Amino acid sequence: MNVLLDLFSVIAICFGTFFFLAGTAGLLRFPDALSRLHALTKADNLGVGLIVLGLLPHAGSLLAALKLVAIWALIQLAGATSAQLIARAIRRSG
Amino acid sequence: MTAATLAGFIGSALVGLGLYGLITDPQPIRKILGFNLIGSGVFLLFGIVARKGAAAGFAADPVPQAMVITGIVVAFSASALAIALVLRLYEVAGPVSLRSEHTSNKAEK
Amino acid sequence: MSILQILDIGLAGLVLAVAAWTVFARDAFAAVVGFVAYGLLLSLVWVRLFAVDVALTEAAIGSGVTGVLLIGAAGRLRKLEASGGDDELPGASLRLFAAALCIFVTLVLAGVVLSLPDPGPTLAPEAARHLAETGLGNPITAVLLSYRSFDTMLEKVVLVLAVVGVWSLAADQYWGGAAGNPRGAEPDGTRALLAQVLPPLGILIGIHMVWVGADEPGGAFQGGAILAAMWMITMMAGLTEMPSIRSRLLRLVLVAGPAVFVAVGVAGVAFASGVFAYPTGFAKPLILFIEAFMTLSIAVTLPVLVAGPPKRLRQQ
Repeated sequence: MNVLLDLFSVIAICFGTFFFLAGTAGLLRFPDALSRLHALTKADNLGVGLIVLGLLPHAGSLLAALKLVAIWALIQLAGATSAQLIARAIRRSG
Repeated sequence: MTAATLAGFIGSALVGLGLYGLITDPQPIRKILGFNLIGSGVFLLFGIVARKGAAAGFAADPVPQAMVITGIVVAFSASALAIALVLRLYEVAGPVSLRSEHTSNKAEK
Repeated sequence: MSILQILDIGLAGLVLAVAAWTVFARDAFAAVVGFVAYGLLLSLVWVRLFAVDVALTEAAIGSGVTGVLLIGAAGRLRKLEASGGDDELPGASLRLFAAALCIFVTLVLAGVVLSLPDPGPTLAPEAARHLAETGLGNPITAVLLSYRSFDTMLEKVVLVLAVVGVWSLAADQYWGGAAGNPRGAEPDGTRALLAQVLPPLGILIGIHMVWVGADEPGGAFQGGAILAAMWMITMMAGLTEMPSIRSRLLRLVLVAGPAVFVAVGVAGVAFASGVFAYPTGFAKPLILFIEAFMTLSIAVTLPVLVAGPPKRLRQQ
């Protein structure tokens, strides 16, 4: 059971870091600001989600697990809002 | 090399970088940034003093840590006052520069 | 070399690279954005030094609130600079001299770091011995509010003085008015949504941080900074406004922290062994009492400092 949980964590966190890497590659390689923003927010949101998922079995207590999920939700909210605001600023400046 | 020593080197380099920005950049806001860099470098040096003072079951000496926390808040108040001064100066006198006249490129030409 | 060491060196390289960016970037606004990222990375270094309390403060105040302040200022300066500010760098000889001086300072400091005694002199055993008397579990909160409470009280006074300084920069006709919102753009749906969804959770987290600060990393500064951020978010969304600097409530809250601190400190003469001493057995409740008012003052002082001097006429 423990081995299975560990395996689950390793796989989830590996996938999470992969999405971070992909998002960063997009940030560096995509041509214009809007598509860079798209790559970064999409990939990073998924990356954070997978890493939090992978960490959940090791949280130790229910409260710690809840805090991890809260962190994930807050990052989603912050990411979505800042992406919106940056996109709006890009559109306004033309 | 331990993490503490490495952090000490980061702190030393930050003081150097901040000092360079403070001396060479004529824009007031960049000078404030440089000042903040020096400040955080000094805080890091405090941090390794705290880490080397690990004893009595604590991973780091709490007294320097408490002083750094106080320091960060005081550094913020100083930055806020400095920014308010710079903005007011811009309003009253227009764009300002802290460039020293004698060392400017123009003077050399 | 272990993986952790490789990560440490990578982190060090990243912090220094972003710090160098804030010094060398051409655009002041880009430099300020770099500074915010730098502050967040620096808080990771603090975690590596096992100073989680400091890491939280650095992330919240050193990077977060200072970041809002600097980004707002850089944005406003950029608009004003359209008329052409003089940001020419000094001549090459002076820059070379400055670089040499700074490298020298860095090398001397690095030498000092290497020559520090290990283990160094420490006050940790002293702090540990008296920790039980305060009833607290977090030695840093104990240092801040018990052994060195005079420092912390004076720091609150520094915050109040900074507010007085910032307010006194107001133009004559605006004296008694209110500061503009921290980021004076017109409100929009995105920000309004964030300002309605986030604060309930944020306020809970802020208070939680103050409360657990007695025993675990956290405390009045970190929690207060989060509460301050929640107020700033609602102001940026246009849902709340900076009150007039004449507002009695505002002034009362600004000085409540230091005032309660001084009152409890002076009461120590009558009820305990001296100024800023706590009577035996009452240390923890008194510390939490002071912290509650301190948090309130911090949560209000930080946005007031970010908002700057009054910019709008007083509403009659």
